[in-house]
Amino acid sequence: MLKTLSASLIMLAAAALPAYAADPDPKNWDAVLAEAEGQTVYFHAWGGETRINDYIAWAGRTVKERHGVRVVHVKVTDTAGVVSKILAEKAAGREAGGAVDLVWINGENFVALKDAGMLLDRPWASELPNYRFVDETGKPTVLTDFTVPVDGREAPWGMAKLVFFHDTAVLADPPKSAAALLDWAKANPGRFTYPQPPDFVGSSFLKQVLYELAPDPAVLTRPTDDETFKKATTQFFAYLDDLTPHLWRQGRAYPQNYGSMRQLLADSEVDITFAFNPADASNAIANNELPDTVRSYVFDAGTIANSHFLAIPFNANAKAGAMVLADFMMSPEAQARKQDPNVWGDPTVLDVAALAGDDRKRFEALDLGIATLPPEKLGLALLEPHTSWLKRLEIEWARRYGVNQ
Amino acid sequence: MLRLVPAGAFLVLIGPVLAGLLGAALPAFGYLPAIGGKNLSLGPFGDLAAMPGLLRSCGLSLAIGLITTVISYAIVVLFIAGWRGTRLFGAMERLVSPLLSVPHAAAAFGLAFLIAPSGFLVRLVSPWLTGWDRPPDFLIVNDSLGLAMMAGLIVKEIPFLLLVSLAALPQIRAAQFGHVTASLGYGRIAGFVFGVLPALYRQIRLPVFAVLAYATSVVDVALILGPTTPPPLAVRVLQWQADPDLAMRFVAAAGALLQLAVTGLGLLVWVFGEKATARLCAVLYATGRRGKDDKVWRRLAVTLMSASAFIVLAGIALLALWSIAGLWRYPDLLPDSLTLGVWMRSLPGLTSPLINAVVIGISSSLAATAIALGALEYEARAGVTPTIRALVALYLPLLVPQIAFLLGLNVVFTWAYLDGRLVALVLVHLVFVFPYVLLSLADPWRAWDRRYGLMARALRHGPDAVFWRIRLPMLLRPVLTAAAVGFAVSIGLYLPTLMIGAGRWPTITTEAVALAAGGDRRVIGATALLQALLPFAGFALALGIPALLFRDRRAMRPAA
Repeated sequence: MLKTLSASLIMLAAAALPAYAADPDPKNWDAVLAEAEGQTVYFHAWGGETRINDYIAWAGRTVKERHGVRVVHVKVTDTAGVVSKILAEKAAGREAGGAVDLVWINGENFVALKDAGMLLDRPWASELPNYRFVDETGKPTVLTDFTVPVDGREAPWGMAKLVFFHDTAVLADPPKSAAALLDWAKANPGRFTYPQPPDFVGSSFLKQVLYELAPDPAVLTRPTDDETFKKATTQFFAYLDDLTPHLWRQGRAYPQNYGSMRQLLADSEVDITFAFNPADASNAIANNELPDTVRSYVFDAGTIANSHFLAIPFNANAKAGAMVLADFMMSPEAQARKQDPNVWGDPTVLDVAALAGDDRKRFEALDLGIATLPPEKLGLALLEPHTSWLKRLEIEWARRYGVNQ
Repeated sequence: MLRLVPAGAFLVLIGPVLAGLLGAALPAFGYLPAIGGKNLSLGPFGDLAAMPGLLRSCGLSLAIGLITTVISYAIVVLFIAGWRGTRLFGAMERLVSPLLSVPHAAAAFGLAFLIAPSGFLVRLVSPWLTGWDRPPDFLIVNDSLGLAMMAGLIVKEIPFLLLVSLAALPQIRAAQFGHVTASLGYGRIAGFVFGVLPALYRQIRLPVFAVLAYATSVVDVALILGPTTPPPLAVRVLQWQADPDLAMRFVAAAGALLQLAVTGLGLLVWVFGEKATARLCAVLYATGRRGKDDKVWRRLAVTLMSASAFIVLAGIALLALWSIAGLWRYPDLLPDSLTLGVWMRSLPGLTSPLINAVVIGISSSLAATAIALGALEYEARAGVTPTIRALVALYLPLLVPQIAFLLGLNVVFTWAYLDGRLVALVLVHLVFVFPYVLLSLADPWRAWDRRYGLMARALRHGPDAVFWRIRLPMLLRPVLTAAAVGFAVSIGLYLPTLMIGAGRWPTITTEAVALAAGGDRRVIGATALLQALLPFAGFALALGIPALLFRDRRAMRPAA
């Protein structure tokens, strides 16, 4: 079935080409700005945090003032819903005038949309004026999203890295490797858990552990098959078998996502939590969600890192406006404001050292917050494994631990 | 004119319903060309069957649905039987609208915070009594049997069943029947169950079915309180649907059809149960027992009823406290400090979502009520039912998982360039609102004693006069109740509003649900209160208007 599916996907991608000609060309930026003026950009983005919503509102006000582009933040709970909307439009044959102009996206959702020919099919993002500040060498995840080449089909917006949090008042010396975590969990049963895969943070924890336990981690960035998978994961599943009975609720229930896990830390039900935003704990302290004794740490061997992006669907109604907004989002001004923990605390995709004096100062002036590790202490960045690994991990996890009766 | 109503309603609504069903069914058989499914096949069902724990998920959905419905129904019946006409009953009547207005998810969050090992009840006695410096590792919420989930559903279904019963009671002449059974020496409960319940049940049967269908397929309550290893079927369908791998949409679609079958099976079991219960009752009254000493049952009824109301109200009160809480950790009974931060951050910008929600809610619920009245009145005058029977097809949106149903709907509206338009949004809301309005209204409307109408006709008044001057005023309470239920349903719709509205019509619910996705109890508390506001106003009006209009008409009161 997969073979026929991918064959027809290729055909579909080929069929989508003709729309190309009329699309705005970022190399002719003045023309894009002129076309964008007066457009309304419907920006579909997760709306689960007021501070992020406020930041998007600020960006919208700014591009309205400067370029006459109106931005409407469509607050969604889940990128899958946006994918469904674009999918429905494709199924209905709507090649232009789509409802989604710009979407906040990364990883598997990006890969799915790209493969299905549902993204604006030109390297528009790397042609935007502010893309020249993006740190391609220091932050390779802006070029490959979950091992799939970005090819300019999405504009880098922010950086994410798996960071662990612990309450120093309860746990002074947290375990910093998969092996240490297991020992600690055995000594402290019921005080650790992870969001239930396929939640993306939960799955990321699996990938994190797999990196440490796979005999040859290099295989993880390549497509996998039955045999490679089995060989790479034997120790990994033995580890999980050991760990599970010592988890919160003995692994008979799992939290839904990292938000509910943060709540568990606040409720003293667990002692360790983790998230993809290094500033998550500082934000939570500022919001009164966590006590100010919480601090961040990373595993000694490094942690999973990725980037998140902005993409334009193939049939977007206001492509020029979407480009203007995406370009502004990559500007040093917008990136520095985004990294300010009082605003959002999301790390920049830019090469700060290469910025001109004033722009660099914007970043240097930032106080990252008491519980946030500075960039140099975030440790090694482990690349996301190839998406074929994730799929198998999730299925195997569901089979072994998702049904425990 | 009138006879066009059922056919017209059918035509307007059947299009979206068929589109939704086809959109759910075709991918289940491998057909969705936009992602490469060009041939019909049974492959998706094979993939579905290979999902680990599928049977257990189905079993959970079925059992949770049936048990929830039985218990909610039993508590409501016992309470009405044992306490109708008392001051306590009146107090409960006034509580119905606030209880109903609390969104299901908010009630579930509230319950979770009450009963969790780090929750409020444990904090009341910890650590001074229990010695628990840290919360014990007990599996209470998300338990594998779904007990917490059933509790969360039951406390929210009770007010719904009570509401529809209250709307039906006046025309059953329950009080008069009560005098008869009392004269014959039956106790309150036995008299009610033998004498009045058969008539009452006939009027609330469809709402009971709706409860069953809802409880077998609910997602949000299941996510908060339900088992997770594995979760009930509807949650898994949602997860497959949300899988970034687009090929999983086929499995999700097959899962949606399976969900439809599970719900159908639940209804079938229920109908068998009805027959068995009727037999049992026949045996019971043949024994001649009068059930005079029903003190224990009456006490049980009032205990369960107040416990369920307490759980919802305490839960929402705690969430309200969370919305202004500073740091609030285990084992603190109360927050360290209070702050309006969350409210200050979320309130601005909510005016237009509030107005949108009201406009869409009023348009769709009024339209649904008008159509339902037209169809029912036509049925009454023409004495025929086939068109009404066809309207049963319109119940299907309640039975199919929303997200699967929406794909087809979305394709059709997009194809017609209607998405993002207000009229399309109202139409889609109508698709979901109409079945609830019809099922809240149909039974009481049909149960109306036609001899009132015959008498008016004999006095030479036309059928229109009978409708406007006799039947509608007499049935004002169920009509307004149905409209309020419809309004509440419309306010609660999240996915349809987002998808068909294409983000152009943010409502209080789309904003609140998006915000609550962050998982912060403070935000969840604030948004729950905001979401409860509008339905509360609706229910309060539905109960208040007749009370005001008929304040000097004793026979028009529900407790009569």
